[in-house]
Amino acid sequence: MSSPRLAWSAVLLLAGAAQAVEFNQVQPEETKLVFTSKQMGVPVDGGFGRLTGQIRFDPAAPSAASARLEIDLASIDAGSAEATEEVVGKQWLNVKAFPTAGFQSTSVKALGGDRFEAVGQLTIKGQTRDLIAPFTFRQEGATGVFEGTFVLKRLDFGIGEGTWSDVSTVANEIQIRFHVVAASQHENVLQPH
Amino acid sequence: MIPATPYSAPAKLAHWLIAALILAAFPLGLYMHELPLSPEKLRLYSYHKWIGMTVLLLFMPRLLWRLVRPPPALLPGPAWQLKLAEATHWLLYLLMAAVPLCGWLMSSAKGFQVVYLGLVPLPDLVGKDQALGTLLADLHSSLAWALMVLIVVHAAAALKHHLIDRDDTLRRILPFVKLPSGDTRP
Ligand code: HEM
Repeated sequence: MSSPRLAWSAVLLLAGAAQAVEFNQVQPEETKLVFTSKQMGVPVDGGFGRLTGQIRFDPAAPSAASARLEIDLASIDAGSAEATEEVVGKQWLNVKAFPTAGFQSTSVKALGGDRFEAVGQLTIKGQTRDLIAPFTFRQEGATGVFEGTFVLKRLDFGIGEGTWSDVSTVANEIQIRFHVVAASQHENVLQPH
Repeated sequence: MIPATPYSAPAKLAHWLIAALILAAFPLGLYMHELPLSPEKLRLYSYHKWIGMTVLLLFMPRLLWRLVRPPPALLPGPAWQLKLAEATHWLLYLLMAAVPLCGWLMSSAKGFQVVYLGLVPLPDLVGKDQALGTLLADLHSSLAWALMVLIVVHAAAALKHHLIDRDDTLRRILPFVKLPSGDTRP
C-alpha cells in the first residue's frame, strides 16, 4: 500500500545522492544562540532558550541559500537572575514592546572550504541594521551544522539606554555565537511514521 | 618601665595598609549590596572586589614576614589578657584571608570571574552554581561581620593600653613614632 511512497522516496534519495542535499529543517532543540558581554572587563555569558527559523542551504549552491531566524527575547538568560530581570526591561531590550528579534539574509556566498558568509539584516528593538555573519558549515549524517560568531554593538540598537549607555561599565561590543542545526528534507521523508 | 621594641617597618606598613583596605571594603560592601542594578553598582562591586583581592594579595607576604621576623613580644600584662590578645591576632589573620577568599569563591560560584583591576583575569575557583553562590554570599557576609567585631575589640584594647595603661602598645606599631625608651631596633 505504501509502496508508491517508498518508491518516490527512493527516487528522492537517489536524486539527493546524485545532487547535493538541501538543509532546511531547523532543529530548535539543538540550535543555540549564546553571547558574551563585558562588565568592568569581566566576561559574562548568556544565551537565548527559544529560537525558530527557516533555512534553505545547499553547500553546493550557497548563492541560492536563504535564512530567516527569529529569537524569542523573553527567553534570554543574561548570566544572573538580577541581570536577566534587568535586560528584558525598557532601557535594554524592551521585550514587552519588541518581543522578538530577527535576522533575514539577503545573500550567502562561499569563502572557500567550509567557510561561508551570510549578509542580511538584523532587527532588534525596532531598529534594522546590516549584518555580515561569517560561518562554517559541516554535515553530520543527515543534519547540517552552521556555526559562527560576530560582534554586535549594542548601542546600534539602543540596547542599554540612559545611564546604561555608558560603555565603560558595560562594553558596547557583545560577542554573539550561533550554532544552528538543520536537517535535510530527505531524512524526514525516509523516516518511518 | 621595660623598653618597648617597635614593630619592623614592613610589619607596620602591612598592618596599616591592610587595616585601611578592610575598613574601605566593609562599608562599600554594605552600601553596594543595597543599590538597585545600575552602572554605579557594577563599578562599586568591581572596586570592592579589587580592594578585597588586594588584602588577600598582601596577606601572603605579611604572614610570611611574620613567620620569618616574629613581632616583638607582647608587653607584660595579666596572663588572660596576653592569651586573649594572641588569640585575637591569630583570628584576625584567619579572617583577613578567609573573608576575601570567600568573596572570590562566591564570585566564581555566581558565574562572575574576578578580573583584578579590570586587567588581570583570575581563575574561577569553583564552577557556576547558584545555590553555592548564595551560601557563600551568606558566609562572606557573616565572616566580614565577625572580622569587624574582632577589629573593634582589637582597636578598643589598643586604645585602652594607650589611654588608660599609658604604655607603648599602640605607639610601637604606629608609623613615624619614636619610642620614648629610645629603642629603635627594627
Ligand atoms: C577584606 C576583604 C573584604 C571585606 C571586609 C568584605 C566585606 C563585605 C561586606 C560587609 C559585604 C556586604 C554583605 C551584605 O551586605 O550581605 C560584602 C559583599 C560582597 N563582597 Fe566582599 N569583602 C571583602 C572582600 C571581597 C572579595 C575579595 C570579593 C570578590 C572577589 C568580594 C565580593 C563580594 C560580593 C560579590 C558581595 C555582594 C554579595 C551579594 O550581593 O550578595 N568581597 N563584602
